[in-house]
Amino acid sequence: MSTQALFGQLLIGLINGSFYALLSLGLAVIFGLLNIINFAHGAQYMLGAFAAYFLLSKAGLSYWWALIVAPLVVGTTGMVIERLMLKRLYKLDHLYGLLLTFGLALIFEGVFRNEFGSAGLPYSAPESLSGGLNLGFMFLPRYRAWVIGSSLVICLGTWYMIERTRLGASLRAATENPTLVQAFGVNVPRMITLTYGAGVALAALAGVFAAPIYQVSPQMGSSLIIVVFAVVVIGGMGSIMGSIVTGFGLGLIEGLTKYFYPEASNTVIFVIMAIVLMVRPQGLFGQR
Amino acid sequence: MKEPEIPQDLTTRDEAWESRYHRNSFLLMMVVLAIAPWLIYPQFVMLALCFGLFACAFNLLIGFGGLLSFGHAMFLGMASYFAAYLAKSGLNLETVTIFSRPFTLGLHMAPLSPALAIVAAVAGTTILGYVAGLLAIKRQGIYFAMITLALAQMVFFFCLQAPFTGGEDGIQAVPRGKLFGVWDLSNDMLMYYVVMAVFAAGVLLIYRIIHSPFGQVLKAIRENEPRAISIGYRTERYKLAAFVLSAALSGLAGATKAIAFQNASLTDVQWQMSGEVVLMTLLGGMGTVFGPVVGAFVIIAMQFYLSDLGSWVTITQGIIFVVCVLAFRRGIVGEIEAWLRAHRRP
Repeated sequence: MSTQALFGQLLIGLINGSFYALLSLGLAVIFGLLNIINFAHGAQYMLGAFAAYFLLSKAGLSYWWALIVAPLVVGTTGMVIERLMLKRLYKLDHLYGLLLTFGLALIFEGVFRNEFGSAGLPYSAPESLSGGLNLGFMFLPRYRAWVIGSSLVICLGTWYMIERTRLGASLRAATENPTLVQAFGVNVPRMITLTYGAGVALAALAGVFAAPIYQVSPQMGSSLIIVVFAVVVIGGMGSIMGSIVTGFGLGLIEGLTKYFYPEASNTVIFVIMAIVLMVRPQGLFGQR
Repeated sequence: MKEPEIPQDLTTRDEAWESRYHRNSFLLMMVVLAIAPWLIYPQFVMLALCFGLFACAFNLLIGFGGLLSFGHAMFLGMASYFAAYLAKSGLNLETVTIFSRPFTLGLHMAPLSPALAIVAAVAGTTILGYVAGLLAIKRQGIYFAMITLALAQMVFFFCLQAPFTGGEDGIQAVPRGKLFGVWDLSNDMLMYYVVMAVFAAGVLLIYRIIHSPFGQVLKAIRENEPRAISIGYRTERYKLAAFVLSAALSGLAGATKAIAFQNASLTDVQWQMSGEVVLMTLLGGMGTVFGPVVGAFVIIAMQFYLSDLGSWVTITQGIIFVVCVLAFRRGIVGEIEAWLRAHRRP
């Protein structure tokens, strides 16, 4: 096998890694404050891709508009869900949040499968990002470079916002002790709503990124989210940077596996999860 | 400090009421199930019984151990593959290929009788349950759910790629054979009563487990794990044992289903199946003994009679999830029990 193929697989690995990173980042942000695992995250990623598709076909809005509008719209639906449903569950066992969002994921996926069937819808990358660069050792499609670069920027931006700004400081404080932060005059319930909306918006943004690469289809999120769960278990949800590093790293490992031992490429992340659980149960970046 | 007074006769009377209630509902259920195939389509009741046992096995873990597994399809699915394969082809391991290198084993075994195939499949799932349990119990709560889901997805990909499962086609036309070499199971009614017997045995076993000292410790762990540890229980071992028992009983359900319906397919090992068993248990009543059976009958009836509606079944399932979580957390049987408790004769 050629180095060309190896670099090709590494590129696919990096692309998958950027989706793992974006999605696990959103999950970690939501989990930090709400203490629930958002099972609908995959469905909301799918909604983002569909939003981009509708914006183009129904409203004629280009990809660049979709990058802004789709996360806003899907994030808003997320905030409505938080206000109407999730809010009632905070006093209960955290597992109920998981069950509720699982139900929501089934509803979203079912409705879209009903409307559009299981076949994917095509969505093409904008003109300015088509074509590619010949790097000598490999061919780099412009759109894929754009996805990897911009998801890195978004991941690092989110990290900066949470770890280095005043807003992030109160967010982290609310994660530790919401009652005390509320006593300091921060509107914690509103912060929770906005955080859930932001996490969902990240998922939708990942969906827009994914639309030109994969087909836009109702079940595009469900298989991805299970892998992302494994990524989250491997990384541990304790640190934002941990999610980013684990996401990209596992994408690369998956790409390498596709090159060297393709039969295992579907399962390699789960195998790594099993090993990490044996050696370091709290996850690579998790605290006990 | 003075000990808080617990009126002794009150607690004992409550226990007596509870065991009478369980005995009566079990007997009522058996009578209904015995006449059911003469009134409604036996295939449907048989399918619902297999899933009822599956849901009860799942409930052992969530309802009494407080552990939410989102990967129980791996036990149902693997057991049905094991049973279907052993009953149809026996074992033919001339060579095994590991990392593209063939190893000669020369192992041959004739197709197994249905009872033996089920026993072997349950044994296989018990081992799978032990391995998966060892990994999953390292984390709690939400992580436990995510880990079991991921492990089940790994098993799914294994089933998709492994040569013996028949990939997308699954294993079809599995012979029902003769039970203990005497009774021909191709008779549908006989098959039904065998499934019913397996179901009854499984449910009784689960009832025994719940009401044994082991079950009491499990409940203590569910209520307050650090406290159970401080009393001196090795909670990890109890959780692992509960996980393995639950896996084995799910395997019993899956293997029986494979023999009764003469096939094994990827549907039983997909993540959607793991979600369905959660739904059955939630709808019927988590932590009630017979609730999961009721939930299984409702969900299977929905799939059986609304199958033309396609993805509306998925949407309805999602809506049931949302409604149950928001407003109906006790489930059908849980609500009935609460009503009976409130209105029982003193």
